[in-house]
Amino acid sequence: MKTLAIDFGSTFTKVSAICMEKAEIIGTAKAFTTIETDIRDGLNNAMKELHGQIGRVDFAQKLAASSAGGGLKMVAVGLVPALTAKAASTAACSAGAKVVKTFAYELSTAEQQEIFDINPDLILLSGGTDGGNKEAILHNAKKLAEIDRDFSVIIAGNKSVAQDVLDDLVQGFKHAVICDNVMPEFNTLEIMSAKNAIRDLFMEKIIEAKGLTEAAKLMDAPIIPTPLAVFEGAQVLSESLGDILVVDVGGATTDVYSMCSGVPVMTNVSLKGLPEPFAKRTVEGDLGMRYSLDSLVEIATIERKAVFCGDNGETMAELDKFRALCAADPSFVPEPSSLFGKFDKALCGMAVNLAVERHSGKLETAYSPFGQIFYQTGKDLTDVKYVIGVGGAIIYSPDPAEILTNAVRDEYSPEILKPVKPKFLLDKKYIFAAMGLVSRVDKQLATKIFHNELKEL
Amino acid sequence: MNGKTVVMGVIGADVHAIGIKILSHAFEGAGFKVVNLGVMVSQEEFIEAAIETAADAILVSSLYGHGELDCRGLREKCEEAGLRNIPLYVGGNLVVGKRNFEEVEKTFLEMGFNRAYPPGTTPERGIEDISKDLGLI
Ligand code: B12
Repeated sequence: MKTLAIDFGSTFTKVSAICMEKAEIIGTAKAFTTIETDIRDGLNNAMKELHGQIGRVDFAQKLAASSAGGGLKMVAVGLVPALTAKAASTAACSAGAKVVKTFAYELSTAEQQEIFDINPDLILLSGGTDGGNKEAILHNAKKLAEIDRDFSVIIAGNKSVAQDVLDDLVQGFKHAVICDNVMPEFNTLEIMSAKNAIRDLFMEKIIEAKGLTEAAKLMDAPIIPTPLAVFEGAQVLSESLGDILVVDVGGATTDVYSMCSGVPVMTNVSLKGLPEPFAKRTVEGDLGMRYSLDSLVEIATIERKAVFCGDNGETMAELDKFRALCAADPSFVPEPSSLFGKFDKALCGMAVNLAVERHSGKLETAYSPFGQIFYQTGKDLTDVKYVIGVGGAIIYSPDPAEILTNAVRDEYSPEILKPVKPKFLLDKKYIFAAMGLVSRVDKQLATKIFHNELKEL
Repeated sequence: MNGKTVVMGVIGADVHAIGIKILSHAFEGAGFKVVNLGVMVSQEEFIEAAIETAADAILVSSLYGHGELDCRGLREKCEEAGLRNIPLYVGGNLVVGKRNFEEVEKTFLEMGFNRAYPPGTTPERGIEDISKDLGLI
């Protein structure tokens, strides 16, 4: 029996054919996503290529994920930046959304305009613990109701006023649903209910809005957001491998997923801030190999004083040429041994370096009157066993291990709690999203395929 | 439950953990909703917790003798953050050694605290005062 896993990406529609008996990927193919005409056209083109590789096969089941049409664009709104605003953005991010911006405190008129300009698909509205602050979320509901855009709102704040918040939003003709508070008690994080509400709205509303209704009818299970599929793939893999970190360097963003508790490994460290979820995802919109190349180069040169292949005038001019080429043609892949290939590799390493650093917990030393004390914010990843590289820039590089070394803790910056001695794995065929989909119907099969397909470096 | 929420914690780099546990149990027993931030709590953390939980009062504990330094500016920051006139209480071993408590109390009241307590104050004493101040009795 064969299963077909489809990923309607923002640029490419990717298909993977899976042989269930052998637990193997028997073919993969891709074609441009055709959201302007009919998304099924791109799928058919990819299928033609797949059939060219493996012949005509009948698929017993078809499963799909989608990030077409810009993915699931969300805005998170909370009260205190370090508390409910952070809880809301964490919840949205782990539901596979692209959180364009997080807002805190009472929304201003300027921020209303900003949300109008972002034009999100969904808004996650939190604020106040249960029985806690009511004013902020009520104020923000009214402000959101006034914005003349067709988004839905998930209400995940102080339960005492959830119904009033809903009423205010409905008055502004917004579709809204109530779920459990993302922070019911001070400093606790409850994201399951919000996550489920986001998934449901994605199926109810977003599939249609992104022109996926007809494609959805061809599938044997509901279409889910691609990052959510990758997330679930990573979760299944961690059940057999232990603590893992997945780094996906893409054209527009670099996504990092960690599956581990992240509690301090050292004993004399106390945790500060919001508790971290076991399964965590972060998205870096300024670190990408093509669409966000300019910001990546800028951050790498300024923050890291990175020097690309000598700093003489000649190579600088070449770097500018490379950037212009990537801007003109985002599908450009340089010859690895060429100077442009070296730029690509160095920049990919930088993206891994910075994205993993931002995902990792930080150790701060405070000097009290009685000597040093250590605080940890975020997740301690020092004990993570495997770092898995995903994404074209890593998998097509002749030296992926060198790129992934950037995910390892720097001995000169021990306060950044990156993995210390991880093994490196490579996802050669980009199977994470596909495995997330498969795991929804057969977890064991997904685990087996992972073990057959991931290559240790 | 008396419907009132109090935020409490041990301020600064102070690690004395036992008193605040006892204090939080006592306040819970008296019907308060307690948000106990534990030890080594910064001024910002007190404020953020109070905003999010719509606290009716903040109780600061300081045992290691640096209370004066750690508490300075808390009232101003509360005002800045929109916690207007929120009752602030402080207790423990507020200063080093055995300074005359009236003097110490004056210092803390001037800093904007509503009440300051000498070493060895029982939780019951605090509960009684705060209940009065919040109009419960
Ligand atoms: C145990 C202890 C420690 C332990 C703490 C272990 C832990 N994790 O809890 C350790 C060994 C770590 C420690 C360290 C230090 N300690 Co010590 N410690 C004590 C000791 C012996 C007991 C504290 C205790 O638990 N008491 C029991 C609890 C129930 O009482 P409580 O804390 O006073 O709290 C009650 C009341 O005060 C009141 N209360 C407290 N806050 C508030 C607030 C309000 C609003 C209200 C209404 C009431 C209230 O209610 C509480 C419950 O009943 C005291 C001496 C003592 N007998 O009190 C010294 C003592 C507090 N420590 C002291 C000192 C100096 C230190 C150190 C600086 C020593 C050093 N040089 O390293 C360090 C500081 C470390 C740090 N960064 O905080 C001094 C403080 C002196 C001062 N303020 O003038 C004391 C008083 C000892 C002394 N007599 O010199 N200490």
